[in-house]
Amino acid sequence: MSLWIWILLACAISYLTKLAGYLVPAKWMKNQRMSRIAATMTIGLLASLTVVNTFSTGQQLVFDARLGALLAAAVALLLRAPFLVVVIAGAAAAALLRLAGWG
Amino acid sequence: MKFFQSPAVKVGLSISIATGLYGVSFGALSVTSGLDLWQTMALSLLLFSGGSQFAFIGVIGGGGTGLAAMTASALLGIRNGIYGMQMNALVSPRSWRRPLAAQVTIDESTATASGQEDPDERRRGFWTAGVGIFLLWNLFTLVGALAGNALGDPKQWGLDGAAVAAFLALLWPRLKGKEPAAIAVVCALATLLAVPFVPSGVPILVAAAVAAAIGWFTHKPVPAGMAPDIEPYAEPYTEHDGAHTLAESERRSTGQDGGTADSSDGKDAP
Repeated sequence: MSLWIWILLACAISYLTKLAGYLVPAKWMKNQRMSRIAATMTIGLLASLTVVNTFSTGQQLVFDARLGALLAAAVALLLRAPFLVVVIAGAAAAALLRLAGWG
Repeated sequence: MKFFQSPAVKVGLSISIATGLYGVSFGALSVTSGLDLWQTMALSLLLFSGGSQFAFIGVIGGGGTGLAAMTASALLGIRNGIYGMQMNALVSPRSWRRPLAAQVTIDESTATASGQEDPDERRRGFWTAGVGIFLLWNLFTLVGALAGNALGDPKQWGLDGAAVAAFLALLWPRLKGKEPAAIAVVCALATLLAVPFVPSGVPILVAAAVAAAIGWFTHKPVPAGMAPDIEPYAEPYTEHDGAHTLAESERRSTGQDGGTADSSDGKDAP
């Protein structure tokens, strides 16, 4: 039963964290310096999410089938494939590499 | 523009399917970590943030306390607060939409919205990805929790590879010119260096801090490059497409819109 308490607390914290962002007045974000930071931060977060999803398992850095997914996606992007095709290429590369016994 | 012809909607739906399917993995892992069906569903419905959810059940499954699980989950969720700040300015949900927008503010919905230049497209992308993932993530959490391990490891289907590809595809169009590429490389390296030393989820915050610092210190009165992002928080245009294009061309002609790769080459790489 006590696990329920922690679950509900975690849910409340999660929601309040998200909501807190929306309570920051949009005005504060509307100057050139904040716009610039928003731009660099978006690039930084996307780059970070990409490498975290490719190379990390918990606190360990690993090379596995996800590296193949990254490369396949990069090739698809170089060939100007649409978004869905890029995603499918990534999934297919990871699945095929695992089928072949790697990662 | 018709709903399904919108590029943002297409991206939003694609990412919804790729991410939503991964809910199977969460559902199955959660019940094997010792949570019951309703506890598993509570996390997907109410907490709704993949990283935080996996962290929570990971700690419980590893024999950790509820307090430790909650702390790990809260730490991982901090970035959603940063996304909320950005989405409040970019998507500007009003009245009753705001508390709903908050719940669907996650990596994917934020990334889909900020990948678009047009304010209406940002809004479509945010809501399509946010609501789409919410529905599919919960549906597939239920499937995973009911089926347990009968489905096998979702990694076998390459779903983790789909996530990698989706984030790279969202990053890709932003890498025009040397400066954005340099920022991406620096932040990727900062992330990799941080992974072994801090709890999972924190490396993303490290990268966000590095990126913010780069933005702060390289700020100039008339920034160049970074074309799609020069005025991400400009007042949203309403229905009239004509006014939109006019405003765009005006900004271009006054040179405020930055320019693309060529204007940023070399001179403001950090």
